[in-house]
This record gives sequence, structure tokens and C-alpha cells, in this order.
Amino acid sequence: MRQTRSVEIGTGLFVLLGMSSLFFLTTQTTGGDDFKAESVYTVEARFENIGSLRTRAPVTISGVTIGRVTEVSFDPVSLEAVVHFVVDSKYDQIPDDTDASILTSGILGSQYIGLQAGGSDMYLEDGSEILFTQSAIVLENLIGKFLVNAGSGDKESD
Amino acid sequence: MTRVLRDIRNNLVEFVRTFGAFQLFFLRLLRHSPAILGTRFGLVIKQVYNTGALSLVIIMVCGLFVGGVLALQAYSNMAVFNAEDWTGVAAHQVLVKELGPVMTAILFAARAGTALTSEIGLMKATDQLSAMEMMAVNPVRRELVPRFLGGVIAMPFLAAIFSAVGLFGAHVVGVELFQVDVGSFWQQIQLIAESEDVNEGIIKSVVFGFAASVIAVWEGYNAMPTAEGVGRATTRTVVITAISILVFDFMITAALI
Repeated sequence: MRQTRSVEIGTGLFVLLGMSSLFFLTTQTTGGDDFKAESVYTVEARFENIGSLRTRAPVTISGVTIGRVTEVSFDPVSLEAVVHFVVDSKYDQIPDDTDASILTSGILGSQYIGLQAGGSDMYLEDGSEILFTQSAIVLENLIGKFLVNAGSGDKESD
Repeated sequence: MTRVLRDIRNNLVEFVRTFGAFQLFFLRLLRHSPAILGTRFGLVIKQVYNTGALSLVIIMVCGLFVGGVLALQAYSNMAVFNAEDWTGVAAHQVLVKELGPVMTAILFAARAGTALTSEIGLMKATDQLSAMEMMAVNPVRRELVPRFLGGVIAMPFLAAIFSAVGLFGAHVVGVELFQVDVGSFWQQIQLIAESEDVNEGIIKSVVFGFAASVIAVWEGYNAMPTAEGVGRATTRTVVITAISILVFDFMITAALI
């Protein structure tokens, strides 16, 4: 009797420990979505170049995540990248002349959309489009420009 | 010359036969499993205790030190790029996806697999299994299937505990020893890790649980019924489990990537 009791307690402890470890690993360490909203509205923005922005990338304003990218596509007529993202309906007073830029979190981090509030009296609503956008900074282009500038600078000094 | 060829052929045939018998044995265990789970669950619980709860000490101590050493290595190499904040990410990804399931399975083979093999081998050597047959008790159902199921159930939990304790070890080394900011340590993990990463580890530990348990039980059941035979079977359990775990690990990773 004593034997079975200690076996049962040991097994119970073991399984509890295992389950709490599983729970910890699946819920606490994976980011998943830190963006949860009861209702959202969709906003569209067009970029010349979106870099490596992908769906589920965060949309932030003043550094606070308020939305998430839902769709990335290419418009064959205007030859621009079209990004659709949802914004939590709580934030329904974002001026419609807000500008959107694609930023990188840290030097090796992933890309996200940063919004910079404008000053208009009209607010963004479902289906509206952000007119002022700034493309992602592609490191290779930057280096290319820098090299070209450095090269021409050298010639002038010669 | 012909004798050599004949020996090679016989060995090949023998190898294929053993492999086939092993597969049939596995199917036999699986076929009896639902009935045992339904009717003799007490036996399974006892084996979960033997294989799982009694392996906790080795799993937790090893997990702590593996997590710690991962953080040491990650920190010293990441510091070159000023990316110390990524220490936690490196430890997490390596632990959850690879070392957690693999190390657990190999430690499991060493701690619980050998115990299963020698236990069953000794039962066979002392004619306990034959005695059961005489009493019209199916030894596969009564002794082998509960041990197999106990291992299958215990392995995913053990792997999860290994990874969780390992992360704690990484935290101790990264945050307490190297002064990585505790916020960025965990935030970076949450930012990078996705549920697919954890799922990969869980899938691996389930597959390894089946593999390690069936190999241990099979080796015990087919051990030569002598002291030497049981000893050899125990060694073979560790060797075969380690090899097949690493092969499976490669295949699963390649399939999921």
C-alpha cells in the first residue's frame, strides 16, 4: 500500500512537472501574437520597396504595437507593393495624413511598419489608404550609394 | 571464395530477417496497447514512474548544465557582434529543437532503456516469461506492453522538462553571470521563437519515445537467457537507440525544414 502510494505521488509529480514544462515552453517562450484585438479595421499602404516585410509583422505607432500586417501583394499596374494591415479599433483617432515607413528592429532584426502621426482632423478608417509612405532601407542599395559617392569623392580630390 | 560469399549472403538475410521481426514485434506491441491502456492502466502508471519519475534527477541535472554551457558558448561568440541579447535565443532554439529531445532520448536509453532491457532479459533468463505462458498469461501483454507504453508516455514530458530546466540554466549563466539584460534576454526569445519551434521538439520527442522504448523492450525480449546475453543486450540497447535517435533526428529535421 505504502509502495503504491509513493509510486502514485511520484508519477503525479512527474506528469505535473512535465505538463507545466510543456505549458511554459508553448505559451511563455513563443511570441506568437502579442497583438490581440476584439475588432480591427484594415488600412492599405503602397510602398516602392518593402524589403523583407512579411505578413504578421507588427505595426507600431510611437513604438507601441497597434496592428499587424495581414497581406503583402504587388500591384501590376502601378508597379508598387501593396501592404494591407489591420489596426485595433481602439485606436480609431489616427489622423489620415499619418505617414508609414518600414523600419528594422535592431541591426539584425525583423522589419515592421512604423507610423508617424500626422495633424489632420480626419481619421483613418476601414479601407482607407496611407498616402505618405517611406520604403524599406535596403542595405545593399545603401552600400552601393556609399561606394559610388566614395568613388566620385576620390576622383574630385585627385 | 564461395564460402565467403555464402557467409555474406547468410548474414544479409539474417539482418533483414531480424529487421522484419523487429517491425512485427513493434506492430504486436501497438496492437495490444489500446487494450492495456483501457484495462490495465495501473501497470502503465507503474512503468511511467519507473522510466519517467526515476529519470527526473539525471534529466534535470543534465538539462541545467547543457542550458548553462549553451549560454556560455552563445554569449562568448555573440559578444563578438555585440549581440549578447541573442544568448537566450540561441540557447532556446538549440534546446527546444535539438538538444532537448535528442539528449533526453539518449539519457533515457542509458537510464531507463538499460533498466527495461535487463529487467526483461533477466525475467527471460530466470524463466519467468515461460512460467507466465504456462499460466496462460501472455507475457507480451502483461510485461512488455506496459513497459513500452510507460516509455512512450514519459519521453515527451522528460524532453519538455529538460528544455525548461535548460532554459533556466541559460538564464542563470546569461543573466546572473554575464549580466545580459533580463528583459531583452526573454523578450528576444519571445520575438524569435514561434510555436512551430516548440512543436518540432514535441514531434521529435514523441517519435524518440516510441523508438527508444521499442528498442529497449525488443532487446530484452530477444536477449540470450544467460548473464552474458543480458549484459550484451543492455549494451546493444544503448548503441542502437543512440544511432537510430540521431538518424531519426536528421530525417525529422530535414522533413520539417
